[in-house]
Amino acid sequence: MQKDIKRLSLILLFAPFALWITLLILLPHIGMVVLSLREKVAPRVYEYGFANYIEFFNEPIYWNTLIRTGSMSLLVTVLALIIGFPIAYYIAKIAGPRMRGALFLLCLIPLWVSDLIRAFGWILLLRETGVISSFLQWLGILSGPIEMLYNDVTVIIGLVYTVILFMIVPLASTLDGMDNSMIEAGYNLGGRGSTVLRRIIIPYAMPGIASGCIIVFMLTAGSYLTPILLGGKNSSWFTEQIYDQFITRYNWESGAAFGMLLLAFTSIVVWLGLKLTGQTLANTVTKT
Amino acid sequence: MPDSTAIDLECINISKTFSDVLAVDDVSFDIPSGSFFSILGPSGCGKTTLIRMIAGFEQPDSGEIRIKGASVLNTAPNKRNVKMVFQHLALFPMMNVYENIAYGLRCRGVAKQEIDERVNNVLDRIALPDVGEREIHQLSGGQKQRIAVARCMVLDPDVLLLDEPLGALDLKLREAMKIELKLLQHQFDTTFIYITHDQSEALVMSDQVAIMNQGRFEQVGTPQELYHNPQSAFVAGFVGDSNSWSGTAVESAGEVLKVKTDDGLELLAMPNDARSTDRSQKVSIFIRPEFIQVERTRDESENTQPGQNRLTGIVDSLLFNGANSRALVRSPTDQLIEADIVLTGGFEDLKPGEDVQLIWSCEQTMCFSA
Repeated sequence: MQKDIKRLSLILLFAPFALWITLLILLPHIGMVVLSLREKVAPRVYEYGFANYIEFFNEPIYWNTLIRTGSMSLLVTVLALIIGFPIAYYIAKIAGPRMRGALFLLCLIPLWVSDLIRAFGWILLLRETGVISSFLQWLGILSGPIEMLYNDVTVIIGLVYTVILFMIVPLASTLDGMDNSMIEAGYNLGGRGSTVLRRIIIPYAMPGIASGCIIVFMLTAGSYLTPILLGGKNSSWFTEQIYDQFITRYNWESGAAFGMLLLAFTSIVVWLGLKLTGQTLANTVTKT
Repeated sequence: MPDSTAIDLECINISKTFSDVLAVDDVSFDIPSGSFFSILGPSGCGKTTLIRMIAGFEQPDSGEIRIKGASVLNTAPNKRNVKMVFQHLALFPMMNVYENIAYGLRCRGVAKQEIDERVNNVLDRIALPDVGEREIHQLSGGQKQRIAVARCMVLDPDVLLLDEPLGALDLKLREAMKIELKLLQHQFDTTFIYITHDQSEALVMSDQVAIMNQGRFEQVGTPQELYHNPQSAFVAGFVGDSNSWSGTAVESAGEVLKVKTDDGLELLAMPNDARSTDRSQKVSIFIRPEFIQVERTRDESENTQPGQNRLTGIVDSLLFNGANSRALVRSPTDQLIEADIVLTGGFEDLKPGEDVQLIWSCEQTMCFSA
């Protein structure tokens, strides 16, 4: 009796999770794989094969876009790490306990607004008739209006702004778990600031760095709104390709193949990153 | 024997305030080379602040710290040749034992060959020659302790600071580590400053102990002096076990003072400070359990010798602990008095509820003005 109740409660507790995993993650992906292996040979006539994948590799614009998306996502990840690390360090180690909560809240506030509105904020600032352009003209630095939207730098700035929180949170929580005396011991034994950072703080924070980088990289590579709105048509983000295949060209088979390729590509990058830093996925998850 | 003229560490009139709280209040002391010096005090007495100022993690508001005669006030923590064993040891978990010990040498830019020699040498000296390749989490508590000491000692510090490093260990290991730390100190022949709130750690290991309370040093002396000749009520109560009463001085006859305690007992005591001899002065008196002699009340005759205190009481309970057995005796004023008894010397059949007499001499009764 007791055992049955235990089992029942376990099943009930797990049911939403299992439903979510199967209905929203597993099934769609299986459907995508099946779809991506289908090839339209004539109206309403399909054959199974790798033609959609082969097409991707035969057309440089497709894989160039993927590589461009990947490398720009890596750049965004590195920038988010470089900017996020000092912030996380300040929150976890320097700010007082009351200050800490306030600072975390400040980091969270942008998340209360949707991606769309946040991107629109950047547009208001950066467009030809936007705040910055007008201000510089008013100051007399510029003679005519300047367009700051629709270039790679703007896309990267916008993306870093959107994802940096996901870098700060895991970093701050790992650094928070670090005993202050570890840092003091680093100095006490004769280390300079740079030595303590390089040999003690960064190695200790490695699980947090790895998990922050994974989240940020995945979010960036899979983001759609920010690159489209800030980069315009020439942003050439890979998610835009996928959207085009599905919606504009109504070529679901090829869109599904692109989707699977993006998933495979980002997974390989993450795996490589973990290998290079000597971390394991389990380690990064449990330590943060 | 340590050379008594060489002073490793001098602190002169050190004070430190943390937002209105006086953590360290005008503390001065000096420590001769090669000695084991403990700072003993209850938690929050300022001992950690004091040691952190010596290490350089805090700046004193006023005063002077000199190491081997040279002021270190303007020296950064990583430039002071004072090493510290932290409360939770702070071994670096991402490095193995060898790298932990080599860290300080690498910071100094010592050649690879020499690092290798010195690390192996120090591992030999702490009798853990083969653990270099182990990870920190593979070590036992006692081994971690020794590695933490070795990590500092490999740098030949002028002074080694230890911040309650035994606090996290279990009792048995703590007893063993006490002896081991003392042996390590002898072996390295370096000045150790040990801070603790555990009096037995301080008494067992130290050459000199400073008793600290509310930011000030109450008394500095050898463990024997502190135990037998405390200079203040705080020291008498804090070091060793004691029964204590507060009361008022009623009359003094020569050296001996008659005290009426607040609960109505009349006790004879020897004043330990001058002020307590005044009439109607409030005093605290202390008597250690081992100085109380327990007698069974067979003869009711009052043959109290002059200068002796004698109380009749009822055994409340017996605390058996081998040679350190103790009886809790309820006094006529309903106070529990601790008295050491030898349970193998005629008291094997002592039972709770029995009437006993407690006898102690006034010389062993310590008295301080309150």
